Amino acid sequence: MCGIAGLIHRGASSNVGGEMTAMLQALKHRGPDSTGYAVYGEGSEGDYIMRLKVAEAEDMGSGSRIHGIIEDRIAAVEAILGEHGASVKAKEAPTEYSLRYILSHDGDTARMANHIEETEGVEILSMGNGLELIKDLGDASDVAGLYGLNDFQGTHGIGHTRMATESDVDIRSAHPYWAFPYNDISVVHNGQITNYWIMRREMERKGHRFMSNCDSELLAVYTAHNLANGVALEDSLRRSIDEIDGVFTYLVATKDQLGMAKDTMAAKPLVLYESDNLIAMASEEVAIRAILPQEIDTYDPYDEEVRVWQA
Amino acid sequence: MASVTDAELKEMTQEERVKALGMTTEQLTGKSMYIEFDPDATERFEYPWAPSVDFNKRTEVDCDGKTTTEVNNQIRALMAEGYGTIVLQNPRGMHSLGVGILSKLNLIIDGSTGYFSTGLIDGPNVRITGRVGWSCGENMMAGTVVVEKNAGSTFGAAIRGGDLVCRGSVGSRTGIDMKGGTILVGGDTGALSGFMMQRGRMVVCGNAGKNLGDSMYDGTIYVGGEIQSCGVDAVEAELTDLDKAWLTRKLTQYGLMPDKGVDHFTKIVAGKQLWNYDNLEPNEKKLIL
Repeated sequence: MCGIAGLIHRGASSNVGGEMTAMLQALKHRGPDSTGYAVYGEGSEGDYIMRLKVAEAEDMGSGSRIHGIIEDRIAAVEAILGEHGASVKAKEAPTEYSLRYILSHDGDTARMANHIEETEGVEILSMGNGLELIKDLGDASDVAGLYGLNDFQGTHGIGHTRMATESDVDIRSAHPYWAFPYNDISVVHNGQITNYWIMRREMERKGHRFMSNCDSELLAVYTAHNLANGVALEDSLRRSIDEIDGVFTYLVATKDQLGMAKDTMAAKPLVLYESDNLIAMASEEVAIRAILPQEIDTYDPYDEEVRVWQA
Repeated sequence: MASVTDAELKEMTQEERVKALGMTTEQLTGKSMYIEFDPDATERFEYPWAPSVDFNKRTEVDCDGKTTTEVNNQIRALMAEGYGTIVLQNPRGMHSLGVGILSKLNLIIDGSTGYFSTGLIDGPNVRITGRVGWSCGENMMAGTVVVEKNAGSTFGAAIRGGDLVCRGSVGSRTGIDMKGGTILVGGDTGALSGFMMQRGRMVVCGNAGKNLGDSMYDGTIYVGGEIQSCGVDAVEAELTDLDKAWLTRKLTQYGLMPDKGVDHFTKIVAGKQLWNYDNLEPNEKKLIL
C-alpha cells in the first residue's frame, strides 16, 4: 500500500526533519516495513554530502566477520575518494553500516560515484549539495531517532513509509531513491509499475544502473535520464504518464523543486494543501494534519495531474 | 422475519439478532438485516432495536487522543443514553468516523475526516464541515450526508439510498457501483464517475472527468458542466421536464441550485448495448443444441 508525503516551504527554512517525521509517523499504518526521507538542507557550493551504506541491516546479524568486512569496505571507499581528489571534510556514522561524508570535490562526481559502487556491498544512497537521503527499517520515529533527523533544518523534503509488496524488506528496496548519479534528485512512489522490465531494459541499454528489483527505482532512473538530457522536471513528469504503465502517484524533489504526478487511472491517493508559504501533500489527510492541526482546505489532484512547486 | 417479533428483536444483542435473522446458517435463505419499509406505513420507520433518541438532546465528543473505535463506541453509548445530536470535535483527518449507524441521529462532524467516514449508515443526518477522504458514505442505505468542502475518490461507492451531498469537488470514481439513492456534487468530479452504476441518480454541477458512466447498467447521471468523455455504453439522453423538476427540487433543497437554472444539464444514461443477460455462452449453446 505504501504512504508518501512531501512538503516544501517557499523561500524559507524550517524544521523539515521534524515535520516529515510527524507526517510519516501518521502514515505508519500504510507501511510499517521501512521508512525513508529525502530532505534538503542549505548546502554550501562546491561541497558534496554523500550518504552511503556499506551493508544491509540484516547483514549485521550474520556473524562477527561482518565488522571486519565493513571496515574493509569503508577503507576501500575512502581510498577511491582520495584517488578522485575528493577530500573528506567531515565523516559521521549514524549506524555501523551507514555513513555520511561531507566532501570537497571539483571533478566528475558521476565517475567517482560509479567507481565507489564497484566496491562490493556499497551503495551510495545520495549525493548532492543539499540532499540528505536516509532510509532504514522501522517506523519514522525509529529512523529519525537513529539518524538524528528530528532537528534537521531545510526547505523541502519527501518521505515514504513502505509496505513491501513487489520486493524484499531491506534498505536497498526502501524509498526514497536517489536518481544516480545526478546530484540532489530523489523520488518516492506509491503504486505498481506494470511495464517495469521493458522500461528497465531500455534504461539499462542506455547505461543506467539498477541496485534493486523494486519497481520504484525505475522512476528515479527514468527521471534522472530525462533531466540529464535537458528535459524540465515538469515535462519529465508529464511524459512519464504516457510512457510508464501501471498505477502510481509519485513525488520528485530536486535541489529547489518539488513535483508530483498521478497516473491516468488516479488509482493511488494524494491529498494536497497549498498556501502562500507552505505546500504539503500526503497519501492521507491525517499526515498533513499532523503538522497543520488547524482547519485547512485540502483537495485530491485528478488523474494525469502534474504539479511542480519552486522552493 | 415472520418467526421473530419486533419485541423479541429489540431485546436481543446484535449477535443474537444476526442468528435469529438467519445470517449465520449454511444455506442462504435470502434473509438479511435489511427490512424493506412499506411506503404507505404510518409508523415504525426505524429498526425495532434502534435506540430512542431526542434531537434536542445535544452533546459533544472530542476526538483528540482517541482511537476511531473509541469515538465510534462513544457515539453508540451516547445514543443509548438518548442523545440525538452529537458533535464530533477535532477529527483532524481520522478514518472511519461515524460508520455503521443504523438509526436516526443528527451527527455533526466539525472538521475534516479521512477515509470511509459515515459509511454503512442507515438513517442518520450527517453534516461534515470540512473535507472527507476516500469512500465517504460508502454503502449507505438511507439518511443524508452533507460535506461542506471537497471529497476524495470513490465518494458514495455502492450506495443504495439516501442523499450524499458534497458542496465542493470530489475525486475519481464517484458513485462507483451505486445501486440507488442520490449523489449531489456542487463542483467537479474526476475520471470514471458512475462506473458500473446500477440504479440511482448522480448530479454533478461542475465538470466530469473522462469515462463518465463507464459500463453503467442503469441509473442516471446529470452533469452541469463539460464532460471530458463518456465511458463505454454511456449515452446522452433527452432532459425531460420531469428531470428538470426533480433537479430543481433536489438542488434547491441543498442550496446547490446554479444561477442559470437546470436547463443546461446533460443527462447520461446506459445505452443498454452491454445488456447480454439472457444470451448463452458458446459452450452452453452446444449443450442445448
